[in-house]
Amino acid sequence: MFDASILLSALLNGLTTGAVYALIALGLTLIYGVLHIINFAHGASLMMALYGVYALKERWGIDPYVALPIMVPAMFVLGYAMQRIVINRASHGKDENILLVTLGLSIVMENFALLFFKSDTRTIETAYTLTTVAIGPEAAQVMVSLPKLVAFAGALVVSALLIVILQRTDLGRAIRAVAKEKQGARLMGIDVEHVYAMCFGLGLACLGAAACFLLPAYYVNPQVGNGFVLVAFTVVVLGGMGSFAGALLGGLLIGVVESFGGLFLGESLGQVGIFVIFIGVLLLRPEGFFGAKT
Amino acid sequence: MTQVRKDIFSIALFVWIVAAIPFFTHSGVVLNFVMMALFACLIAQAWNVLGGFGGQFSFGHALFFGIGAYFQAIAQLSWGWSPWLALPAAMLMAALVGAWVGALSFRYGLKGSYFALVTLAFAEVFRIVCLSVPFTGAGVGLMLPLKESVGNMQFGSRAGFVWLMLGLVTLALCVTAYLRNSRFGAYLQAVRDNEDAARAVGVNPFHVKTWATVLSGGLMGSAGAFYVQVFQYIDPAIGFGSHTSVEALVGAIVGGMGTLWGPILGALALHVLADVTRNLFGQMPGINMIIYGSVLIVIVMFLPRGIAGLASYTPKSWRRND
Repeated sequence: MFDASILLSALLNGLTTGAVYALIALGLTLIYGVLHIINFAHGASLMMALYGVYALKERWGIDPYVALPIMVPAMFVLGYAMQRIVINRASHGKDENILLVTLGLSIVMENFALLFFKSDTRTIETAYTLTTVAIGPEAAQVMVSLPKLVAFAGALVVSALLIVILQRTDLGRAIRAVAKEKQGARLMGIDVEHVYAMCFGLGLACLGAAACFLLPAYYVNPQVGNGFVLVAFTVVVLGGMGSFAGALLGGLLIGVVESFGGLFLGESLGQVGIFVIFIGVLLLRPEGFFGAKT
Repeated sequence: MTQVRKDIFSIALFVWIVAAIPFFTHSGVVLNFVMMALFACLIAQAWNVLGGFGGQFSFGHALFFGIGAYFQAIAQLSWGWSPWLALPAAMLMAALVGAWVGALSFRYGLKGSYFALVTLAFAEVFRIVCLSVPFTGAGVGLMLPLKESVGNMQFGSRAGFVWLMLGLVTLALCVTAYLRNSRFGAYLQAVRDNEDAARAVGVNPFHVKTWATVLSGGLMGSAGAFYVQVFQYIDPAIGFGSHTSVEALVGAIVGGMGTLWGPILGALALHVLADVTRNLFGQMPGINMIIYGSVLIVIVMFLPRGIAGLASYTPKSWRRND
């Protein structure tokens, strides 16, 4: 029914989109794995990062890829401050409160964006926006857009970096200690609040990177985060809350499902596939496919 | 006075006062304000039934709102039903969807954040499906033709809508009073406070939580049906968009979850606040939602029991909290 090259190109398209989903989900799963909270403001934070990249490009002409060393630390600081100043204080030690506070934050961020940037959808022009690369042998060549290929590579690099940070540094050891046993870590002299805020910062730093990779081939409007937030939750739930490998594979899988769903069912109904997976996994296997069974 | 009598008396007093408003003013602005304030009270109270008394935080209550609204519109447009018949049927339909979502979620033991996420996802699925299938009018939405008559539930003045809305709010208040004073309500609150302990004394948490979803969904559905009658238009973004879920949840939390009058107070306070800012800043996009979000954060931070919780603070307990 479909030509092999169409299927192959849908697959590659899905994989490259999925890599960006994975990058967004990595931040979410890091925050969940350590703080055991669901950051509902994740999508809105991504939206802020996208506007950041957009503003840098439009105002100062800074290329999105060059903006990486600006956006990543900026988002890190935002995340650190958000956890330390707002979320930690409002939680009163209850998970539901964190859910509500992050929901409040996402509403505020989204509507501030609406106030300042209006609801227009904006894109940026770069020299490579429409560049495509041919992949595969002579006979069955498939065109993939260059920004998406860069995003794919970038997502892999960032997740590798994250794993190195967690496994090889003192901060990583502290994070893993806090994730396993908060009280014990505190008794060993680890500043738990600081580690929490560092995690939140790292989670949002991932979004900073994702925004830089995403914008050349994508768009931004105040609602853009909403689309990603459920997808990112799906990826995280699918891969197992707190699992990096799970987030990476889950992201790629969801990207492919969306791509094929769009091919067979049409653009808008294709999205339903993601949510059906989400609900199904939540109901039948809430610990995900890579998470430990509790 | 016992608590039951107090509740009945206070509800009767509220109905008597609000029902009298249209006799004193014919100003469309005032009546419109009262109607929309009552609407906010209804959805906050509907959320309160499941979120406040049941402790199950739904982030997708717009799901039931949208079901009620679409049913009300389709029953009239496609099947030629009278709106007076469609309204209870729309409530029933939303309650059925509540039973389905509740049974599915609680059967598999979803709670806390997971329940919030799954309700959000359900609302999103319905929004996308409504965008794609023809009998809901897809992205164009559905429009009710204007035929003003009481039999058509399209009143000439806002007064009729105020009374209709008051009736629905009263129903929601009665459901809440029932939860406060009945065995079922006690079971529900026991499950909210400690599910394992409740199970140990013979309460079936699955059963109780699912019924709470049914009640909550039905009330939310009536709000959707009412919306269609007033504005005569519904589309997927209005029906299943997240702002309705947010408004319901913030109203109940700001006012005080698990109380009879908290959600009414919260919804009124937010509604007045939104109106005042509209007058101060003019029509700025998103300003309402910024206020809702900020108030939500501030209340969770400083007043976790909401406005209604203030009443129970004595000078002594203030000191203890410091």
